[in-house]
Amino acid sequence: MAPILEVKNIEKHFGDTQVLRDISFSLEKGQAVSIIGSSGSGKTTLLRCLNFLETPDHGTILVGGEVLFDASDPATQLEREIRRKRLHFGLVFQSFNLFPQYTALENVTLAPELLARERPDYKQNRRRIHDGIRAEGEALLEQIGLADRMGNYPHQLSGGQCQRVAIARALALRPDILCFDEPTSALDPELTGEVLRVIRALAEQKTTMVIVTHEMAFARDVADQVIFMDGGVIVEQGDPEQVINRPREERTRQFLSRFAGR
Amino acid sequence: MFLTVLSALNEGFLQTLKLFAVTLIGALPLGLVVSFGSMSRFAPLRWLTRAVVWVIRGTPLMLQLIIIYYVPGVVMQGRSPWPGEFGRFLASCIAFIINYACYFSEIYRGGIQGVPVGQQEAGEVLGMTKHQIFFRVTLLQMIKRIVPPMSNEIITLVKDTSIARIISFQEVIWAGYAFIKGSRGYSGLIWPLFFTGVYYLVFNGALTVLFGRIERKMDYFR
Repeated sequence: MAPILEVKNIEKHFGDTQVLRDISFSLEKGQAVSIIGSSGSGKTTLLRCLNFLETPDHGTILVGGEVLFDASDPATQLEREIRRKRLHFGLVFQSFNLFPQYTALENVTLAPELLARERPDYKQNRRRIHDGIRAEGEALLEQIGLADRMGNYPHQLSGGQCQRVAIARALALRPDILCFDEPTSALDPELTGEVLRVIRALAEQKTTMVIVTHEMAFARDVADQVIFMDGGVIVEQGDPEQVINRPREERTRQFLSRFAGR
Repeated sequence: MFLTVLSALNEGFLQTLKLFAVTLIGALPLGLVVSFGSMSRFAPLRWLTRAVVWVIRGTPLMLQLIIIYYVPGVVMQGRSPWPGEFGRFLASCIAFIINYACYFSEIYRGGIQGVPVGQQEAGEVLGMTKHQIFFRVTLLQMIKRIVPPMSNEIITLVKDTSIARIISFQEVIWAGYAFIKGSRGYSGLIWPLFFTGVYYLVFNGALTVLFGRIERKMDYFR
């Protein structure tokens, strides 16, 4: 069976600066990959490419064997199809980006409800579809421990709670691959634990994930594969234990030494 | 005497309100169009719009009104396109709408650009269309941002309508002033002019309450 995600030879420039250089990796269904590296190494740009927020200059992206993006084939970049293709991926932002005018539950159900309108049977089964989406949203919030916070607005929630809602919001669309862009970097240290616990639980449930993070121990424990990026290239990739505890490359060792004792 | 003055001032204030209302109805949507122009990705349109906004905001409304009212008459050699009181009203409306649209456009621009890019991106990765993102996500956040500066500008507009007096548009200040020179059998009365202030105060008081309510309505999110 083809891997769920294959990224081949991705390149990206911003003006004259090359931020991604010949990035290739693949991911099996039900597995998680952690991407580590210093700021500016291109990790976030890579995630943004996967979610069609940036367009790579070169390379291809395949999901379940289907070519979603091919830089040399404009037919894969049609505006109207990008919206559908995006749904293969979910993205959890560093800064949450919850919609402030909606409650926690509404944040989770808004996108599924808008999508449901495109179903051919929407008119007849409106009520049932609506109730179904609501029930699913409630179940998701319960699962991440926010059952008593469903009616709260984002500004009434702590950073950790906001990020958990953002995770539920991404899960509500049942993406094939869930991406995290430094999900704990905007949080106070005492709040990172609750978010990491939710992601760990997802890993145990065999959720396919791409996780960009600065939490080294977490990156090692949660993932089946770790990628170390520096200067827009993949310097080292492989077994988490090996990459983080016994790195082969000098650059990886240098980077990790700064986290020693953490 | 008091009732005569009051009825004259009422008539004048009705004209004030008419100019105020028409300006709002015209400038609110036109301002949005201008703001889109000033944010356009097409550089020539962007610079042209910003230049127009610069000229309109950089010169006095009174001067713009005089130019719109008198210049066509000069060019057309005496045949003014703005005959009579209705002509003066029309000329005032046009000058006010253009002027206020430029001010509103900057408020809109601030409101639109003030919504974090992350909101747009969050909508995109959730598979929403551009239309859905605008109406379901960014619009309300925009409105929340523009209500305070907008209410400020609208209250200024109420008072600015008195500038139309310069082309003898018969609004409330004009009506009050008339009692000094002589009007409806009275002359040398100064108090009617001062009394016009009460009209502005009461009306702006009502607007302040209204905008306060709108702001409070949107207090539930941040």
